[in-house]
Parts: sequence; C-alpha cells; structure tokens
Amino acid sequence: MVAHVEGQQHPIGIYLKIWALLFVLSTASYLVDYFHFQGYLRWFLIITFMLMKAGLIVAVFMHMLWERLAMMYAILVPTLLLMVLLGIGALEADYTFFTRGVFFLKGLL
Amino acid sequence: MTQAIPTNTVEPPALPEGLQGIVADWSSDQRAFKNVPWGKAMMWIFLLSDTFIFSSFLISYMTVRMSTTDPWPNPSEVFALTLWGKKIPLILIAIMTFILISSSGTMAMAVNFGYRKDRVKTFVLLLITAALGATFVGMQAFEWTKLIVDEGIRPWGNPLGAAQFGAAFFMITGFHGTHVSIGVIFLIIVAIKVIRGDLDHERPGFLTGRKGKYEIVEIMGLYWHFVDLVWVFIFAVFYLW
Repeated sequence: MVAHVEGQQHPIGIYLKIWALLFVLSTASYLVDYFHFQGYLRWFLIITFMLMKAGLIVAVFMHMLWERLAMMYAILVPTLLLMVLLGIGALEADYTFFTRGVFFLKGLL
Repeated sequence: MTQAIPTNTVEPPALPEGLQGIVADWSSDQRAFKNVPWGKAMMWIFLLSDTFIFSSFLISYMTVRMSTTDPWPNPSEVFALTLWGKKIPLILIAIMTFILISSSGTMAMAVNFGYRKDRVKTFVLLLITAALGATFVGMQAFEWTKLIVDEGIRPWGNPLGAAQFGAAFFMITGFHGTHVSIGVIFLIIVAIKVIRGDLDHERPGFLTGRKGKYEIVEIMGLYWHFVDLVWVFIFAVFYLW
C-alpha cells in the first residue's frame, strides 16, 4: 500500500455503493421485525445484519480498511475484551433470574 | 561552491507490511501510528474509549433485561406509529435509522471532497450532514415526548411491564442523542472553517496554534460515523430484541 500523502483518497463510487448496501441491510433488519421472525432465526438475522453494517461502516466509511495493521489492531483488539464483560453479564443475569424465581415462588407458597 | 547541496535525496525505506509491520511500527521507538496525523490517531483512541462506555450501557441493559421477572414491553409495539389510519410497527425508528445512515453517506463524501480541496461541495455536504443529524435529534425528541406524555414511561417505572425499560431506554438513547447533538454543533463549526477557507490558508483554529488542514474534516467524519455505528448496535439490541 502506498503512503497516503494527501490523506485518504478513494473514488466517490465506493461510498455510494456502501451507502446503498447499508440501506439494504437496514431494510432487511427492519423486515425481520415486520414479519415477526422469532427465536434463533430472529437472533441470527439481527446479529448478522448488525455486524455486517458495523463492519462496512468501520472498514469503508472510517477507512479502517486502508490503515496500517498497527492501527487496526490497536483499535479492534481491545474491543474483543468486551466479549468477556458480555459473558459475565449474561452469567450474572441468569443467576439473578434464577434466585428471583426462587424468591418469588417462596412468596407464593 | 554556490551549488546547492541537496539534502535527503534518499527516499525513506518502505514500511514493512503484515505482522512484521506491526512489530516494526510499535518497536521503532518512534510514533507507533505511521501515515496518520496524530489528531486522527487520538480521535480513534477517544472513540475506543467511547465504545467501552456505550458497551457498558448496552451490556448492563442486557443484564437487567435478562434478569427481570416482569415482562419486557414489546419495542415493536411501543415504537409503532399510526400512519394513514394504519398501525406500522417500529416505523419511526426505521426512518431514524435511514436518516442517520444517509448522514453518514454525505459525511463520507464531504471528507472525500475535502481532500480534493473542493470547498463548496465539502461545505454543502457538511451542512446536509448536520441537517440530517438535527432531524434525527428532532425525531428523537418527538419519540421521547410520545413515550413520556402519552405512554407514561418513566426511568423508574412504566405501565407496560418491567420497570427497567425506562431506565435503560432513556439512558442509552439519551447518551446517543447527546453525541449526535454535539456532532451537529461540531459539523457546523467545521463547515464554517471550510467555507471561510481556513483550511486552504492553513489558519490556526480558535483554541490551537496548529495550522488548519483538511484532515480535520476526516477526524470529524470519524466521530460522525461512530455515532452512526453506535446506532446500528442500539437499533439491533434495543429495538429489535
């Protein structure tokens, strides 16, 4: 990759294409709700569309695709740590839900 | 002896790519982020910290939603609008999503025309971006009014179900809306700098002695795209869950 002397220079067309693609993906995720998809299919579609949109915005609009790897990794790798927080949150929520269930059930007896 | 002696006739060696490039960039005992202005690197690092803030909100929201024993209000119905006598689910949020994505598109084009030194086009595109952002905030104000006044939703409770709904909703969308509002203000400031020619003539900014350059349009763009990026996640996990 050649060093960008004048910053990021790309043809306008690529932005218009990504823009159109983001519209399509947004419509698709709206339709997931409109047609009342439920269960794992709903989750799979929502998460897929979400990650695709996020990827396109970061890669093209924010020009991450053309940055050096040192920059890419410095920004993207730390966000992976959030998966740990997500896991802890889910475990904690399950446990709280369980204890609440036990507590409220006892109240009923 | 009057002949000028050219200095630095040797081109700097090309930067290595791949994993070797990462090691070389970080271990060179120089700036780690080559080829990017420091302002851009700092904006990225700020956005990384902002990512952690929004993620904390969204993960806390997930935790309270999963742990509540009360039924969660159905966002599809709460955010439905009656248009032309027909109730359309989630339509307001869908329109807001399209507006924000469009503003991201115009922002990306503004950055591009900025680097081409096309002052007028950059200015117009920045203003369109700001207008779309302001529209988004306006629609959010409408949404909040509807929820607070008509539906009686409060941060501490609501008539539809789980009390945590209001707290999570106002916290997350409020913080995001604040980001959009701040973005609109800065977009207008950058647009004025562009049309006045501050960046062409490298005039220093209001609070800095550094020369004005078109890279500030790109840095502004990074912030704006990030706001759009956060909305992608809010849209998916808050409104579509």
